[in-house]
Amino acid sequence: MNATPATADPPARAATDPHGDGRPILSVSGLRKYFRLRGGSGGVGPAYVQAVDGISFTVATGETLGVVGESGCGKSTTARLLMRLIEPDDGEMLLDGRDVGGRDGMSLRTLRRNVQMVFQDSYSSLNPRHTMAEEVSFGLAARGVRRAEARRRAAEVLEFVGLEPAIFADRYPHELSGGQRQRVNVARALALNPRLLLLDEAVSSLDKSVEAQVLNLLIEIKERLGLTYVFISHDLNVVRFISDRVLVMYLGKVVEIGPVDKVYGHPGHPYTRALIASRLSMDPRRRIDAPPVAGDLPSPINPPSGCRFRTRCPLAEPVCASVDPVLDRFGAEPAHLAACHALVPGSGHGQAPERGAGTALETGGSRR
Amino acid sequence: MSTDGLTPADGRAGTFLSVRDLSVEFLSEGMTLRAINGVDFDLHLGETLCFLGESGSGKTVTMRALVQLLPPTARIGGTVLLDGVDVLALDADRLRAIRGTQVSMIFQEPMTALDPVFTVGHQIAEVVVWHEGISWSTGRARALEMLELVQVPSARRRLDAYPHELSGGLRQRVMIALALSCRPKLLLADEPTTALDATVQIQILLLLRELQRELGMATIFVTHDLGVACEISDRVAVMYAGRFVETGAMAEVIDAPRHPYTIGLLNSTVHAGSERGKLAPIPGAPPDLLDMPPGCAFGPRCPRVVAACRERVPDLEELAPGRSARCPRTGIPDG
Repeated sequence: MNATPATADPPARAATDPHGDGRPILSVSGLRKYFRLRGGSGGVGPAYVQAVDGISFTVATGETLGVVGESGCGKSTTARLLMRLIEPDDGEMLLDGRDVGGRDGMSLRTLRRNVQMVFQDSYSSLNPRHTMAEEVSFGLAARGVRRAEARRRAAEVLEFVGLEPAIFADRYPHELSGGQRQRVNVARALALNPRLLLLDEAVSSLDKSVEAQVLNLLIEIKERLGLTYVFISHDLNVVRFISDRVLVMYLGKVVEIGPVDKVYGHPGHPYTRALIASRLSMDPRRRIDAPPVAGDLPSPINPPSGCRFRTRCPLAEPVCASVDPVLDRFGAEPAHLAACHALVPGSGHGQAPERGAGTALETGGSRR
Repeated sequence: MSTDGLTPADGRAGTFLSVRDLSVEFLSEGMTLRAINGVDFDLHLGETLCFLGESGSGKTVTMRALVQLLPPTARIGGTVLLDGVDVLALDADRLRAIRGTQVSMIFQEPMTALDPVFTVGHQIAEVVVWHEGISWSTGRARALEMLELVQVPSARRRLDAYPHELSGGLRQRVMIALALSCRPKLLLADEPTTALDATVQIQILLLLRELQRELGMATIFVTHDLGVACEISDRVAVMYAGRFVETGAMAEVIDAPRHPYTIGLLNSTVHAGSERGKLAPIPGAPPDLLDMPPGCAFGPRCPRVVAACRERVPDLEELAPGRSARCPRTGIPDG
């Protein structure tokens, strides 16, 4: 298999940044999704899984935003909300400054021409009865592109992701390896010339040697096509490797967001610190001696009040149970935000920096 | 818990497990799939050996063959001596007697390995009652002792919990308690932390390390994750297409890998120190076990390949005591 798409012409791509000034391509505020459970909580009234609970962030044109968190943190629900595969309960989403959905907003058809998604399971996300050419050209055909033209375009995109069309166009998913299937999923996402790709654990089920091939492919096509990525993964090392900025989620909330080097180098939120410290060293002489955090994630059905991390947090105090912390700047870097009372002067937390004395500028650097 | 007079973790009381020329074939529809081709190794009490490899490399099949936990279509060859007993020659009854007491296994997915309709206390007690012929009340007391050993909080209350009432991390602790309840001398662990979240994975790895030190067991740990291997194992055997391709002390293999596959695997793995930019992946994909290339199975993907590599499978050659690689060109730089 050819590891690089070096020979193919890039698929035609108009200016990817219509404003040319790094304005956000995507802007989300107060996004919320609760799933109602059948049977209720055993108590009074229905029970809800608070999968995504009022999250806000922007994605700048041309960047890679990594979204990291453990199971139940809401990262995959977030991706599905952004694609409108499920409807949010509340919140606003702007693509290129235009409202998505609603009466006067952008249609879902337009949204999905601009935003495409690659899923974790390369096998179940391909139709077993479609050849690769049919699979990749399906979206084009659905948009009225003539069959011959759609097929020509499919061949072009397959070649672009390193799959020789003469060999692969007429194959079925079961005739391909996992890495090849994931290349097809990327090709299908690229066929409509999107500007933003949502990659939901797109390399997570691949073997390491194949994962590296697909990561290289993703980096290369992003450069060549000027794409923007939202890269969702539970793998902290892969997220650090590929992202410009990182968003850390815990039980449906954003707990920290910032430039990748800041979040990994000077994490602010105690959960981020625990998560970063849980990474294995790849050196048997530098093993971890004590668990960075105890216990498991609580259920998102009845999450803890106030700060959702407080049940596992070494810094938890009464204020953490009563007041929901908000994302706030805490260090020298204005784009680095965390939601923790212990970082905010005057929050009522015993370890919060003095108001005035230690401005955010000083405390941010020394914290850890 | 006492160590039952076993040798301490660093002891070299002689070989506890000795495996020679182990092979496994699966027969189906007239075809023979050779999953394992001639695996040899020795293991001491107190020692942790890791089988590291990607899907299809044979790491799980090798582990399961040691206790004959394979479907009837499997044909196992070679010898497995466990404390001097030839395991592959045992009948079903005697096999059942050593499973749990001498050898125990923990699996990747505790939800499917535990029985959903019995409480976890009952499941642990059942094992002890069956193997040791003790009463159910003593069995239940042992279950509580085991849950405390694996650091399940509120252990007494958790005895009466069903598996679905526990979190993933607690379920994995329960499975470890179940496996250790008859104090086996050999623990087989098949990717036991792969399905866990990062903050829970490290807790379970630390628990296993601590228990192993305390109980002095021999452990075989199957994983695809280099980070996990470094965290838990003393020695590593890197597997590719049903064979060991490199063995050695964990630190030596990480510091100075000698087989081109190990080198490629290290270069493909994104780790905390990976520079932004490009990775150096191994080209291509592992071979189809039903359609193996002639000679060295890694040949088609190997940067050092020469004509001789296609003629015969290279031997696993000893490079230094305890250190070996299945490549005649280990001294040759890539390029």
